[in-house]
Amino acid sequence: MIRIEQALYVYGDFRLAIDVAVPRGSFTAVLGPSGAGKSTLLAIIAGFEPLRRGKVEVAGADVTALPPAQRPLTMVFQDNNTFAHLDAWTNVALGVAPSLRLDEAQRQMVDEALARVGLSALARRKPGDMSGGERQRIALARMLVRNRPVVLLDEPFAALGPGLRAEMLAEVKDLQRERGFTVVMVTHQPEDARAVADAVCFVAGGVARPPVATAAFFAARNDAAIADYLGGWRDS
Amino acid sequence: MAERHTITALPGGLGAALWVAAAVAAGLLPLLSLAFQAGGPTLDGAVWAALRFTLVQAGLSTLLSVVPAVPLARALARRQFTGRGLLLRLLAVPLALPAIVAVLAVVSVYGANGVLGGFMPVYGLPGILLTHVFFNLPLATRLVLEALATTPPEAHRLAAQLGFSDNDVLRHVDGPVLRARLPAIAGLVFLLCAASFVTVLTLGGGPAATTLEVAIYQALRMDFDPARAAGLSLLQLALSLTLVALAGRMMLAQASQAPLRLRQQRFDGHSPAARALDAGMLLLAVAVVAPPVVALVAAGLSHVALSAALFSALGWSLAIGGVAALFATVLGYGLAGAAARLPQRRMWFEGVALAGVMVPPAVMATGWFLIFGRNGTSRAELFLLVVALNALMALPFVVAVLAPQLARLAAAHDRLCAALGISGWARLRLIDLPALRRPLAQALLLAGIMAMGDLTAITLFGSGGILTLPALVYQQMGHYRGNLAAGTALVLAVVIFLAAWLAERLGAEDDPH
Repeated sequence: MIRIEQALYVYGDFRLAIDVAVPRGSFTAVLGPSGAGKSTLLAIIAGFEPLRRGKVEVAGADVTALPPAQRPLTMVFQDNNTFAHLDAWTNVALGVAPSLRLDEAQRQMVDEALARVGLSALARRKPGDMSGGERQRIALARMLVRNRPVVLLDEPFAALGPGLRAEMLAEVKDLQRERGFTVVMVTHQPEDARAVADAVCFVAGGVARPPVATAAFFAARNDAAIADYLGGWRDS
Repeated sequence: MAERHTITALPGGLGAALWVAAAVAAGLLPLLSLAFQAGGPTLDGAVWAALRFTLVQAGLSTLLSVVPAVPLARALARRQFTGRGLLLRLLAVPLALPAIVAVLAVVSVYGANGVLGGFMPVYGLPGILLTHVFFNLPLATRLVLEALATTPPEAHRLAAQLGFSDNDVLRHVDGPVLRARLPAIAGLVFLLCAASFVTVLTLGGGPAATTLEVAIYQALRMDFDPARAAGLSLLQLALSLTLVALAGRMMLAQASQAPLRLRQQRFDGHSPAARALDAGMLLLAVAVVAPPVVALVAAGLSHVALSAALFSALGWSLAIGGVAALFATVLGYGLAGAAARLPQRRMWFEGVALAGVMVPPAVMATGWFLIFGRNGTSRAELFLLVVALNALMALPFVVAVLAPQLARLAAAHDRLCAALGISGWARLRLIDLPALRRPLAQALLLAGIMAMGDLTAITLFGSGGILTLPALVYQQMGHYRGNLAAGTALVLAVVIFLAAWLAERLGAEDDPH
């Protein structure tokens, strides 16, 4: 579903070699030390950062030259997924039409998406008057109305407490199964990957490695870079 | 522990505050008492005409500066082009240029003998507006750019992903920021234009083009009519109090001289209409700023006369700039230190710093003149008066540089110093001064730049044997020796830019990134 082969990203002194393929309908976690380029990998797929060499394929098409809006994907950031001057409903509606001219069917779609993520009662509230978790639900509702096959999550729940994080993660997993999304999620928490991911893409030392099955990743203690990254972490 | 801080922070802060209060009182009280003796301040037709002209020219100047600043700042924010850095440098030039130098530069382009002379009369309202736009279009553009840069980077990525058109970006990304910040930016520009003294003094003329500040000067120096000066001063005071209440904090923020590191990743502006608009705005910016700067450099280079008068004026400027900078920095250090250690009184101490802007220099000088100047002043007294007024005018900017640094330092070191028992002189010498070397040097340079380029104080008190570089420029202009004036102005500009360049480097190195 996503394929980046023998690609190279360069920004100043920073270099990232990428060799990643993600199958359709899978849930891939991106793990690695801070500053290794996990978020950069997502930004490259989304079209926010250009490659020095190589190409990006999504859903069988070469999207390397396409602007972000024309790529068949939705990205959810850790923060600032909403426009503060617009209420929750309007923020979701932007995902249908940036002009905000919606027909009846589209309005209903927005209502349904808000209901699906449990925000119906808060539809007219501004993001500033909502909790961090509720704001991320707006982004999830927008992901539903956009309904693009690939979803990129850049540490979307990192700012939430452990209980809420686990809950939101489970909801994302449900939505992914329901809609058949292909999900790539950057996270700092190995247990997140353990809980929801089919595969792990490890980014370290200037290389984004091909994803491997989650269980295999956590068993690969003989790999020096992975052992170094996981340190004393033991999965339970 | 809080009490301990109160005790150590008070002497400096309170001393500085008392000094400022005394200076303001010395400015206001004689004027008020005279006005009441004379049966109240004069508020006749001429006074109201000065108020009307002040409001009209400031309003038009603001409109002509702030309205184009918005599309210009957006063009600079979203375009990557060769020469962008150069254009930003060019736009920074008017920000540091002394008013008299800018006036001379504008006259040398649009005046009767100028390269582009004859299109419009340069004296009167058109010339005043032209000079104010030359100053304030770059200032407003910089402030709008800074405002736009506060947008979180995700907002532009989100806009790109959702397929926002250029209009959608304006409506949902830039629009809210502009709505929040533009009123204060416009307020600041209006305040600066309403208080503009040198520009109106040199380019205005007659009762038809006189602002309150200039009318105060004329009432005192030409007519010696304290009752009229008092009436004008009260109006000016009311006007600036209103404006400072609206835009005072912007004034402080604007002075921080942060280096322009305003590259934001943006994805908008690719439509042909946007490209055309941006190209037009960038050309407009060049057309407004470049001709006066080029004309000044060209005329100056061919007419620098290294005369004794020039060196004497350079000496006076450096002396006034140096002493005023030192004085302003000591006062500012006291106020900023007290504000940092007594956060609940912060507004109060920073408010004191704003006195130099709130009470217009012409008002202050009027009062001081009534106390010290009636029987003539010695050169030494005059020097001190000019230094004191310049220090007051630079104080808000000094505090703007020092306050954030001192607050950071207090947060980082206060508990440790208290735990180790380091206080008083030892703390100042061992802890605070070494850590504040850069911001202190930056504040000194900033205040020095303002005082060296200042013509207001020296004109208000009468030059009485002290001829600074700006005063020499003014004198040479008045004697229709424009070429000589250009040479002098260029020397002044070079001195100022050396200082500004140093200050910017210090600011840049201070940046943790």
